[in-house]
Amino acid sequence: MIWATIVMAIREIRRNTMRSVLTTLGIVIGVGSVIAMVTLGRGATAKITAEITSMGVNLLIVSPGSERRGPTSGSAKPLTLDDVKAIAREVSAVNRVAPAAGRAVLLVYGNKNHNAVITGTTNDYLEVRGFGIALGQSFSDAQMQAGNAVCILGATVRKELFGPQDPIGATVRVGKVPCTVVGVLTSKGQSTFGTDLDDFIVMPLSAFHRRIAGNVDVATIFVSAVSDTATTKAKQQIELLMRERRHIAQGQQNDFAVQDMKEISNTLGSVTGALTALLGAIAGVSLLVGGIGIMNIMLVSVTERTREIGLRLAIGARGQEVLLQFLIEAVTLSLLGGAIGVVFGLGLSFAAARGLALPFLVAPDVIVVAFVFSATVGVAFGFLPARKASRLDPIEALRHE
Amino acid sequence: MIEAAGGGAATVPLVELRDVTKVYGQGDSEVHALAGANLRIDDGEFVAVMGASGSGKSTCLNVVGCLDQPTGGQYLFRGVDVGSLDRDQLALLRRHYLGFVFQSFNLLARTSAVENVELPLIYRRVPAAERRRLALAALDDVGLASRAKHTPAELSGGQQQRVAIARAIVTAPQMLLADEPTGNLDSARKVDIMNLLVQLNRERKITIVMVTHESDMAQYTTRTVLFRDGRVEHDSKSAQEERAAS
Repeated sequence: MIWATIVMAIREIRRNTMRSVLTTLGIVIGVGSVIAMVTLGRGATAKITAEITSMGVNLLIVSPGSERRGPTSGSAKPLTLDDVKAIAREVSAVNRVAPAAGRAVLLVYGNKNHNAVITGTTNDYLEVRGFGIALGQSFSDAQMQAGNAVCILGATVRKELFGPQDPIGATVRVGKVPCTVVGVLTSKGQSTFGTDLDDFIVMPLSAFHRRIAGNVDVATIFVSAVSDTATTKAKQQIELLMRERRHIAQGQQNDFAVQDMKEISNTLGSVTGALTALLGAIAGVSLLVGGIGIMNIMLVSVTERTREIGLRLAIGARGQEVLLQFLIEAVTLSLLGGAIGVVFGLGLSFAAARGLALPFLVAPDVIVVAFVFSATVGVAFGFLPARKASRLDPIEALRHE
Repeated sequence: MIEAAGGGAATVPLVELRDVTKVYGQGDSEVHALAGANLRIDDGEFVAVMGASGSGKSTCLNVVGCLDQPTGGQYLFRGVDVGSLDRDQLALLRRHYLGFVFQSFNLLARTSAVENVELPLIYRRVPAAERRRLALAALDDVGLASRAKHTPAELSGGQQQRVAIARAIVTAPQMLLADEPTGNLDSARKVDIMNLLVQLNRERKITIVMVTHESDMAQYTTRTVLFRDGRVEHDSKSAQEERAAS
């Protein structure tokens, strides 16, 4: 009976192909936009999370300046090498500690020049930031100690200055300082916010201090925690230590900031998640509108087919069987719309993901939810017309013109 | 399914109306469509129900066809008091015992003849293959086997009414109710349809109750019941029967 009813419903829908397609359009757009929004939103979330994770494993960043005013702002007292040593010595939850200082310089090689940032730091920096050595090698202990003018190039700098040439052993002029290239970093590409993560060079911190900066300030301390569950503990320990070292009285605000990359990642993730939910909800409203469209057409259909309903009742259909028939028609329509909407939404989000350079992540759960939702819309909005049909009086219905 | 008491027993008439009244509307606008109608129809009869418009003949057919229930009095179908049944039980009664033919055919548009004929079988939960077989057989019985795939729009009026008759007999009903079955047809088609009904009545022993206002159609039947003001005014063996008797 159910099967025969479904077959009847499909036949009825095919009998009015054009009208059926137009009826489902609301559902198509609703389901399509929900799927597109959620798929794109998840892609964006995944990308942002990946970016932040790629900035370093279990990374904490210590910088001067209060958190409220932004970590790099103002004239707060800079960090020192002693702070670095103290953190490495006294904070149990940290694995590696890398001081860093930097500035923008002009790099010259042969007849080519390129503006980039130079970072004075240690080999640990590469590890905590998640860079590998693509060519050559990292700094030797002797180079670190002596403050030799050696450098490791970011992938972009290497491309700009050397192209396909082997840069190892070449001398690049960094500002006014000639510097021997000992290595090239692996590439990390662009960050979420469009900055090139490979457009910099690395120099031993001692060399940077002596030859380029002319001071011994540490701008940032990169710290990796012993595990990804230890970041919160490490952050607390570092804050305690730094307050003490910088003589901050109780009740006073920190004049430095410890940023936890995982926290930032979580925050950004929840922001994009909320945005996705919001956009999805807005798109969901069109599903509702689509449902009303189905109800409208089903009501028209019931009126149009009054005589048919009368006949069905006369030859022995019970009210519930007529109800079921119209309900199945409505659900079939809405599921049809849902199916077209899924294809439409996936196509749309695939194209958009391509255009926005986001990963295209098909979310099966959203597809299932969209289907269930469109079936629900069919039942909810098909019920009223179906009930109307099932309650018709057979004699009246047969007389209907 | 309704189990009718004493099914088949000769003592219980197929249809028995006892002082049946049917009132539409309320207060001043009350209409007494039936005002104490008494009628008994036995298995195998072919009854023409006649009368002026407003005489109650259509209401009588609706009541006998279990589409409507009497306001007062009793209607016994195979001994079962129809007045005590609810809407769904009436539907089941129609599904299992009755077939309907209408003046305006009431075929589903854009649906092939065979699918139209299958319709009552769907509600009887007959499997698809069996359904098709029975429907084709019924179409063959009305002489339309070759038109099974045609839609109503592709058939003439007479052919459409034949499809409707096939739809009514495909379930092998006890009783066929026909409301002006020839009303929309030209005279040649009228004769065709009446001959078909007579054949079904004689060969299949299907009881037929037919409402008509054309007295020449009544000639094909075995009995004529004339309604007037909601009552049976005249009940007689039709001319044909009387001729056969004399």
